[in-house]
Amino acid sequence: MDFVAGILVSLVIAATPLIFAAIGELVVERAGVLNLGVEGMMIIGAIAGFAGMVDSGSAVVGVVAAMAAGATLALLFGLVTQVLLANQVVTGLALTLFGLGVSALFGQRYTTYSLDRFPRIDIPYLSEIPLIGPVIFAQDALVYLSLFLVAAIWWALKFTRLGLVLRAVGENHDAAHALGYPVIWIRLGVIAFGGACAGVGGAYLSLVQTPIWVESMTAGRGWIALAIVVFAAWRPWRTLLGAYLFGGFTILQLHGQAFGVSIPSQYLSMIPYAVTIIVLVVISSESGGSRLSAPNCLGRNFQKPK
Amino acid sequence: MLRLVPRQTGSTWMLWSAPVLAVILTVMAGGLMFLSLDVDPVAALGHILLDPFSTTYARAELLVKSAPLALIGLGLSLGFRAGVWNIGAEGQFTLGALGGGVVALAFWNVEGAWLFPLICLGGIASGMAWAAIPAYLKVRHNTNEILVSLMLTYIAVLLISALVSGPLRDPEGYNFPESRMFHASAVAPILIEGTRAHIGIALAPLIAVILWGVLMRHEIGYGVRLFGDAPKAARFAGFTEKGTVWFCLLLSGGLAGLAGALEATGPLGQLVPDLPAGYGFTAIIVAFLGRLTPLGVLVGAFALGVTYIGGESAQVAMSLPAAVVGVFQGMLLFFLLSIDVLVTNRVQWVVPAAAKIKAGP
Repeated sequence: MDFVAGILVSLVIAATPLIFAAIGELVVERAGVLNLGVEGMMIIGAIAGFAGMVDSGSAVVGVVAAMAAGATLALLFGLVTQVLLANQVVTGLALTLFGLGVSALFGQRYTTYSLDRFPRIDIPYLSEIPLIGPVIFAQDALVYLSLFLVAAIWWALKFTRLGLVLRAVGENHDAAHALGYPVIWIRLGVIAFGGACAGVGGAYLSLVQTPIWVESMTAGRGWIALAIVVFAAWRPWRTLLGAYLFGGFTILQLHGQAFGVSIPSQYLSMIPYAVTIIVLVVISSESGGSRLSAPNCLGRNFQKPK
Repeated sequence: MLRLVPRQTGSTWMLWSAPVLAVILTVMAGGLMFLSLDVDPVAALGHILLDPFSTTYARAELLVKSAPLALIGLGLSLGFRAGVWNIGAEGQFTLGALGGGVVALAFWNVEGAWLFPLICLGGIASGMAWAAIPAYLKVRHNTNEILVSLMLTYIAVLLISALVSGPLRDPEGYNFPESRMFHASAVAPILIEGTRAHIGIALAPLIAVILWGVLMRHEIGYGVRLFGDAPKAARFAGFTEKGTVWFCLLLSGGLAGLAGALEATGPLGQLVPDLPAGYGFTAIIVAFLGRLTPLGVLVGAFALGVTYIGGESAQVAMSLPAAVVGVFQGMLLFFLLSIDVLVTNRVQWVVPAAAKIKAGP
C-alpha cells in the first residue's frame, strides 16, 4: 500500500510542472498564438524561483519571482511577434535559446545552494484516507493550484465572456478585430499569462522536485508540454490526462531501477521522449483529428488593416 | 504616431543590412549586460571580438568552429525556406558522429586512404536516417516535425552517452565513458600544419557553392523556393509537398551527420558523451543570419564562430561564465527577428485620429 502510494505521489510531483506549462500554453494557443519558447520560460522560472526563495527564504516570493520572470520573457516574445510581426516558430526557438543562456548566466551564483523541503499542506481528515489521502490531499500548495487552474481555465473558456472573446481571437482574428476587440492587446495579455504559468512550472522543478538549481534542468519538459497541448486537442481537462500520462513515463525510469531492471539508465531516460513521438503520431493520424480541433489562426500574425 | 505599413515588395537593402544592424545592437546590448555584471565592457568585448583573430592558432580554431556551423546551417537554410522546420539538427549531428565513429572503430588499426571517406559516408547516412524519422512521420501521418525532430535530439544525446559507457567504451580506458582514440587513417586530414584546421573547412564552402547552384539554377531548388513563397503555386506547378519534405529533411540531416562525423574525427579524435555541444541549435541562428542563402550562411557561421572562440577567450582571461556565449547568440537572433519587420514593412508617421479633431479652427 505505502509502496503504491509512494509511486502515485511521485507521479503527481512529476506531472505538476507539465500541467502548469501545458495549461498556460493551451490558453495561448486558443488565442491563436504558437509560442514554442515554453522550455525557455520554464528554465527562467526555475532559476528565478530558486533565486527568490534562496534570497528571501520565502516560498511565496520564489513562486511570484518565477511568474514574473516567465511573464517578462513571454512579453519579449509578444513584442517581437505581435508588434514587430516576426515568425512565431523562429521567435519561440529564439526564446528557448535565450532563456537557457540567461538562466545559466544568473544561475552561476546559486549552484551551491539547496533548499529545505517545500511546505506541504495536509488537508485535515481527508489526508488520512488510506492511499487517496497522501496522494491527493497531502501535497504542496502548487499541486492544488495546478488542479484549480485547470478547472478555472476550463470554466473561463467555456462559460465567460472573456473566454468567448479569447476563442474568437484565436479562431478568426479579422472578425474579432471588426467587432472592435483589441486583438494585439488580448494576445499580449494571454502570452504573459502563459509565460507566468510556464515560469511556475519551471519553479516547481527547482523548488519542489529536486530541490536544487542545475543548468538546463528542464531537460525538454517545455517541449513535452507543447506535445501535451496537441495530445489534449486544445481541451483543458485533457491536459491533466496528458500530464499524468507523461509524468508516469518520467518516473518509470526511477522506479525501473528500483525494480532491478538491468539496462543502462540512459535507455530508461529515453522513454518519455519516445512516448511523446508515439503519442504525437497516434494523435495526428486520427482522421482529421488534431487538424480540426486546432485554433484556426494558430501561429498567424495579425496586422491591422489600413 | 509611428505605424508599420506593408511594402509592395520586400526591401533587398533592408534584407542584407538587417544582420549587420543585429550584430551592432547585440554588441551594444552585450556591453550593457557586462556593465550590469560589474565586468569592464570594453575589455570583455575586446576579448570576444578581437581575440579570435589574434594568433594563427586562434584563427584556425575559428575556422574549426565555423565549419560544422556552416555545414549544418546550409542544410537547415534550404528547409526553412520551404517551411520545413527541422529543429533536431543537434540529434542528426550526434548520430552522424556516432555513425562515423562506429565505422572508425570497426576498422580500428586498419590503414587505408578509403577509410576516411567511408567514415564520412557513415556519418551522412546516419544523419539522414535520423532525419528520415520526422520526414516519414510528417508525410505519412502529418506529425509535427518540430516536436519529433526535437524529441529525437534528446534520444540521440542519451544514446551516445549509453554507447560510449557501454559497447563503444575504450577497453583500455580505465572505465571512462569514452571510446578509443581513432587511429591515423581514421582522423580528418589536417589542412594547416600545427593547428586543428581539418578538411571540413574546405568542404563547407564547396558544398555552399553546390547548394547555391541547386537552389538558384536547378528545378529542385526552384521547387523549394516556390514552396516557401507560394505553396499553392508550387503544387500547381507539379511540385509535391511530400517530395519537398523528404528532400529538405534528408539534405539537412545528411549535412548535419557529415558535420558530426567531421567533429568526431577532427578536433575530438574519439567519441565522448559531451560531443553534442549545441552546434545544431546555433546553426538555426546561422541560417537566419545568412538570410537562408547558401553563401550568406558561410558568413553567418563565421560570425557565430567568433562568439564561441571569443567567448572562450573571455572566459579564460576574465573568468566570465560560459553562459555568456549562449546569451549573446540568443540576443543576436532576437535583434535580427525584430529588425526583419522592416524588410516587409516601412515605418510611416501617421497623425493620430484624436489630434485631427483638436486641430480645428
